[in-house]
Amino acid sequence: MDIINYLKEHENKDMLRFLTCGSVDDGKSTLIGRMLYDSKMIFDDQLAAAESESKKYGTTGEKIDMALLVDGLQSEREQGITIDVAYRFFATENRKYIIADTPGHEQYTRNMVTGASTADVAIILIDARKSILTQTRRHSFIVSLLGIEHVIVAINKMDLVDFSEDRFNEIKAAYSALATELGIQNTYYIPLSALNGDNVVDASEHTPWYHGKPLLGLLDTMDISKEEKAESFRFPVQYVNRPNLDFRGFCGTIAAGRVKVGDEITVLPSGKTTKVKSIINAGDITEANRSVTTEEVFAPMAITITTEDEVDISRGDMIVHTASLPSVSNHLKVMLVWMDEKPMTLERTYDIKRATSVIAGSFDKINYKIDVNTYERMQVDELGLNDIASCKMLLTRPIASDAYSTNRLTGSFIVVDRISNNTVGAGMIVGVSRRDIETVTKEYTQAEIELNAYIRKHFPQWDCKAI
Amino acid sequence: MNKKVDLSTLTHLKQLEAESIHILREVVAEFTNPVMMYSVGKDSSVMLHLAMKAFAPSKLPFPLLHVDTLWKFREMIEFRDQRAKDLGFDLIVHSNPEGIEMNISPFEHGSKVHTDIMKTQALKQALNAGGYDAIIGGARRDEEKSRAKERIFSFRDKHHRWDPKNQRPELWNVYNTAIAKGESVRVFPISNWTELDIWQYIYLEGIPIPSLYFAKEQSVVEYGGTKIMVDDERMPAELRATAKKEMVRFRTLGCYPLTGAINSTATTLPEIIQEMLLSTSSEREGRLIDKDQEGAMELKKVEGYF
Repeated sequence: MDIINYLKEHENKDMLRFLTCGSVDDGKSTLIGRMLYDSKMIFDDQLAAAESESKKYGTTGEKIDMALLVDGLQSEREQGITIDVAYRFFATENRKYIIADTPGHEQYTRNMVTGASTADVAIILIDARKSILTQTRRHSFIVSLLGIEHVIVAINKMDLVDFSEDRFNEIKAAYSALATELGIQNTYYIPLSALNGDNVVDASEHTPWYHGKPLLGLLDTMDISKEEKAESFRFPVQYVNRPNLDFRGFCGTIAAGRVKVGDEITVLPSGKTTKVKSIINAGDITEANRSVTTEEVFAPMAITITTEDEVDISRGDMIVHTASLPSVSNHLKVMLVWMDEKPMTLERTYDIKRATSVIAGSFDKINYKIDVNTYERMQVDELGLNDIASCKMLLTRPIASDAYSTNRLTGSFIVVDRISNNTVGAGMIVGVSRRDIETVTKEYTQAEIELNAYIRKHFPQWDCKAI
Repeated sequence: MNKKVDLSTLTHLKQLEAESIHILREVVAEFTNPVMMYSVGKDSSVMLHLAMKAFAPSKLPFPLLHVDTLWKFREMIEFRDQRAKDLGFDLIVHSNPEGIEMNISPFEHGSKVHTDIMKTQALKQALNAGGYDAIIGGARRDEEKSRAKERIFSFRDKHHRWDPKNQRPELWNVYNTAIAKGESVRVFPISNWTELDIWQYIYLEGIPIPSLYFAKEQSVVEYGGTKIMVDDERMPAELRATAKKEMVRFRTLGCYPLTGAINSTATTLPEIIQEMLLSTSSEREGRLIDKDQEGAMELKKVEGYF
């Protein structure tokens, strides 16, 4: 193909991020290695390195161990397991892919949650000889918890069950029941052998009874667009850009929806309203022209807006359309994944980072902990590493909040320990704790407003919020 | 009323661009003393371009740091100074004075010693001197296996060490920027870009890059299993005596004695991209530094190399 045309085509590709779930023995790394190899993303020198390492650590005898192409860290290569999240890349004519390759063992649940957080699609590997195992239930639970709407069930090692259609259908039926139980919307089933490449890139001659696409063909053609309310504009303010007295721009990445010049907007949690005066789409800026403006922008663009009125807006605020306000609260019902060796204790203060706001907060109640394998609910007083629980979270300041199920980027947060500074947890907002809904239209007295302004002017170190 | 919004209305490059800009702004919003590593290569050029977009209409809110090993291609230095002039950013250049004292040469001391003293040690000196709390780097996850596992915001202890087994979980686009005094974070805004993405973006945006990336007739010698360019008189005379004129270009730029040239006739960006697509070797193959020992990059990274 002519290179200029190729570039045109590549320029218009979209992007799909997927997660692979499976344990060591399911051949997950082998599948990824196979996809990279067959889509020509593995170069000769990398292959030669894997070949020499195969002799040392390999588990596949004479064949090149595909897993060694992707297992990054030396300790992992020695132990033959994947212990951390690794990101892989390849592209086809239609899409650029980012693979989150995560470990499958229960002790690495947090790593899988991490990989799942950015994925649009999950590939769940099932060993055709073993059908649905405890780990399959665990992986599927995490996938549904993290809001991944598309699940590809890759029934692997079909060569070891003589490519049996009956076996495939049996596993498919069993998984369908599980998907229904978890409310997973879209499922796709593929019989494959990662080791030999059956139904990975090309349709396999061993499965004439399978009429679906091979894995790569399916990924290439899946519709991953989401049903979204077009008017629900969400813009977490990330940074205030103030090069001179005449320009005060609010920078950030649009989390949802679209906005145009002249739109009426509300700043949360203060509730102040104004209009959009101008918009800069950072992507449009060129070296020659550093002040290009645009009329309308949409998610996930990185933009800068200016406002008609001099409204106090700072990092951590959320700008939304006045016509579509989210609820604002400091008491939220959340699903929490604990990621630290040190247990989560109730009432302890942590820093909660949601979008661009960092607010001190604590968990005042554990509603229940959920067993990731059996989905049983349990009453507990603290959460240990990899525990997943429904909790109530109490923040020291209210935030504009969306449910994770409607907006992944404004409905998610991380928990940071204030002493170790580690990321100790990750959570998803389920909703506002009912009795604590605050109205955003609180009227302040003139005295309150003046006192607030005085404090902010003379005691900036108190980080007092504008009212 | 529910209207279907097509998330794919942004092409993959526009999505990557927005993600990188988000990361760069997060650094400036959360840290007090950030710096951006500038290596003059194509990845640095893209990163600089993204930063210019992220903070427009303002100037860059952080300085650029170039660790000069004193063995870079001469053109890289000229190019660097020209860019600093054109874009008006603050440029800090540091070379390890002890290395200069010892007259460290990759030809004489080997790539391992040279890289350690002139790159890793020099970098630590520059970072300690600057007291930076965030160091923005242009590493990509597709470059090398150990990089594939590194976080976008990658924590470093007081000694700039990376602990690959104890990395902070990193979810969604929410980055943990909390550190104690003396500690720092290395930030990699173009983690999710591939080599092809970089070239495509340079082509689409018209980003200036050094001409060494394009094929030209150069004097080259066989050295350490690859072809290197005769860039100055410091190359040992007996090696220089073997020089031949060949049409070559470079897929990465670094220290000239450690950077392998490839035979090529690609003189335009589309030709480079075409050549890359047909290539059977990875871009790091030309880098002698990765091959010193197995797991070489991981070890260097643990010690503080980028």
